[in-house]
Amino acid sequence: MNKRFKQALGFFIVKTLVLAALTVLAAILIFLFAKGAGIISWDFLAKPPENSMTEGGIFPAILGTFYLVFFSVLFSLPPGLACAIYLNEYSPKGWFSGIIRISINNLAGVPSIVFGLFGLAVFVKQLGFGVSILSGSLTLSIVILPLIISSTQEALMTVPQSIREASMALGATKWTTIRRIVLPQATPSILTAVILSIGRAAGETAPILFTAAVFYTRELPKSLFSEVMALPYHIYALITEGTHPETQIKIAYGSSLVLLFMVLFLSMAAIRIRQRHRSHYDKIRR
Amino acid sequence: MAKKGEKIKEKLIEYFLFALSLASLVFLAGIVVTLFRESLPAFRDIGFFRMIAGRDWYPTYDPPDFGILPLIAGSFLVTLISILISVPLGLAGAVYISELAGKKEKAFLKPALELLSSIPSVVYGFWGMVFLAPFLQKHLELSTGYCALAAGIVLGIMSTPIIASLSEDALNYVPRAFKEASYALGANRWETVTRVIIPSAASGIITSVILGTGRAIGETMVVLMISGGSAILPQSFLEPVRPMTSAIAAEMGEAAFGTPHYHSLFAIALILFGITFVLNLAAEMIAKKFRLKLGASR
Amino acid sequence: MIKLDAKNRTNSADMGYTEIKDPLNKVGNFLPEKTKIKAGNLNFYYGKTHTLKDINLNIYEKKVTAIIGPSGCGKSTFIRLLNRMNDFVADSRAEGEILIDENNIFGKTADPVEIRKRVGMVFQKPNPFPKSIFDNIAYGLEINGAKDRFYIEEKVVNSLKKSALFEEIRHRLRDNALGLSGGQQQRLCIARCIAIEPEIILFDEPCASLDPISTAKIEELILELKKDYTIVIVTHNMQQALRVSDYTAFFLMGELIEYNTTKKIFENPSDRRTEDYITGRFG
Repeated sequence: MNKRFKQALGFFIVKTLVLAALTVLAAILIFLFAKGAGIISWDFLAKPPENSMTEGGIFPAILGTFYLVFFSVLFSLPPGLACAIYLNEYSPKGWFSGIIRISINNLAGVPSIVFGLFGLAVFVKQLGFGVSILSGSLTLSIVILPLIISSTQEALMTVPQSIREASMALGATKWTTIRRIVLPQATPSILTAVILSIGRAAGETAPILFTAAVFYTRELPKSLFSEVMALPYHIYALITEGTHPETQIKIAYGSSLVLLFMVLFLSMAAIRIRQRHRSHYDKIRR
Repeated sequence: MAKKGEKIKEKLIEYFLFALSLASLVFLAGIVVTLFRESLPAFRDIGFFRMIAGRDWYPTYDPPDFGILPLIAGSFLVTLISILISVPLGLAGAVYISELAGKKEKAFLKPALELLSSIPSVVYGFWGMVFLAPFLQKHLELSTGYCALAAGIVLGIMSTPIIASLSEDALNYVPRAFKEASYALGANRWETVTRVIIPSAASGIITSVILGTGRAIGETMVVLMISGGSAILPQSFLEPVRPMTSAIAAEMGEAAFGTPHYHSLFAIALILFGITFVLNLAAEMIAKKFRLKLGASR
Repeated sequence: MIKLDAKNRTNSADMGYTEIKDPLNKVGNFLPEKTKIKAGNLNFYYGKTHTLKDINLNIYEKKVTAIIGPSGCGKSTFIRLLNRMNDFVADSRAEGEILIDENNIFGKTADPVEIRKRVGMVFQKPNPFPKSIFDNIAYGLEINGAKDRFYIEEKVVNSLKKSALFEEIRHRLRDNALGLSGGQQQRLCIARCIAIEPEIILFDEPCASLDPISTAKIEELILELKKDYTIVIVTHNMQQALRVSDYTAFFLMGELIEYNTTKKIFENPSDRRTEDYITGRFG
């Protein structure tokens, strides 16, 4: 059998599979868009649910997700950045970094529901934070910690060694070099990491299932110890626990589309920032 | 002298960064300790083997049964179906992007992969509930569309972009010299891909499959929403199942704090954690070898 | 490699220094020059490889000392020890001593940061910071405590003038340094280095990535800087060593084979291996 035919057949199969995968993924997105687009309106975004959740909007869920995301990033950014800086700048090799690296990779692979249980046992029960924004965002912050560390590390690695040396050779201390030369260079990439982790935190459901989220709150959250509505949980709850399926499914479609837009928009922004930053770096490397 | 102060400051900063970088280790250890502590009562009272080999999961009956074999079986069945979908599709995607796509296509597809893998699982689960499950029920004439197959398909679709992007990294890591050597011997593109590039990247691809498997086993929302939720040993993939993650997510809300049910859910989580931990460790070891092997020839 | 005919070449650096009778200076320094740097029994290990072996070498104040030798002979390792840049090389270890003005830079009280302020360095590849030309130079001043804008500006301009760059870029001080040509970037790195007024400047193959015209400019600059600074230059280009240096040390496989005035090394080397190297028989 000739080589040409084999090649044509092989590539045909590969292309078919790729086309199939893309078609299905596109179909899912189009389906959700088509069903949800008519529902989203200014009122839908800005109003609380009404009439035992059969009408009105999803504002409290959006706000709740915002709080959860904001605090989880706030909590995980300091240790995340510090860890990436320490591993990359102070101790790139050695057994200690090896252990930390292994624990980061393993933490990244822990099922999200396990984080949820950990949050329940430690933050909700043991520390007595209850089902609250605090418990939920602490739990989420552990979920996104590995993501922040590894992307920040990648960002630091793109800073050429030569400019670190230049700074040190001028008599700058290590920290001065990091603060004034390395970090400013890595900032756009770190920003990318932060945005990606915002997207991740916004979409996670399992970790907040028992730590923060409730189906309905009468009032908007007042403090870190309030329980909240959250967008991903809202979708889940509407469709599995809703008492008026016909009317509530519309709200679920709308909420899905809002969440989808939010996450895709964030990822897109992150990718754009990274691409612009990369082309900037190609100039340095030249 | 300012010099001395400066030196102390430098050291303090280093210690501070060091202390904060222990966070991931502390959390991982914290998770392990918490899981053990909370699941120990279950293993002690029910017995490890009775739990793991028990065929009946009736945690709220009187007397309750805490056999988690059906849950484990459910997890494996759903994961298997998802792998059967995501591995061929993901691999094809990786080969396409790294070997066939033009520059423009690549510049579109790579970010697209990343966007797709950022879609929250609850959205996939939602789609499975409102579209796929009814669809399967109608066309396969099932009593319910919420079954292992539906969950497996959605999970497979969901992990395709992840496997594609990880495998693509592995293919990219193969030194160009290998490719050129193959072309120089008169091999065409297909032969080069199948005989040189994929075998050289094999362990990298295996790593991505293992990581994808770990994700699928640990994924919660999709199976919670569409696997059907029945905790019976499945006889076929068209039956409803209750994977481990969905059992935890569905029942933890009702399980009263400190009851055997509560502890047994932690026990499930511990087993789940053990499985993903082993998978991650395996992936890490293979990946390390892979980099060493190809690193030398780069 | 081009065969050199040292005798017919005008050596701008040849000012008729007397030969060093005891080039490795085991007995003492009989020369009129003042010793600025003294390496004593210097050894360097990278992992298990012994990359520098018992180096004894005196470097004289306000002179240019060239370090030559084939790749991997330890010449870069040697000069990176002089400002302790090798501190960052993992799994490495230095033994012996390097005295700068009689003070051991490996001593317990020695502070590498302070040492680097006194010993500037220009690298193989120009490595300006991805900042403006002005900020590239201001950075070094600021980290060394300068706060007054007027003082900083004056310093920036002066060092750009000293490095013969000012005229070319006087209207582009706020432009990104990465927009400069390679040769200009390297002169900017020199300006950045002299702005903080070191006593010693180390050049690690500064022209390795430059074209001949830029190279000539840098060499001219080195000869100019010699008036104020002690200069050590690593080069693999023997014409360059001949053109700019007063003293030359020949390294081979981690050992210092021969050290003498540049004139002596190139006209009448006493070691066969030196002769082989400078006549291009290997390397």
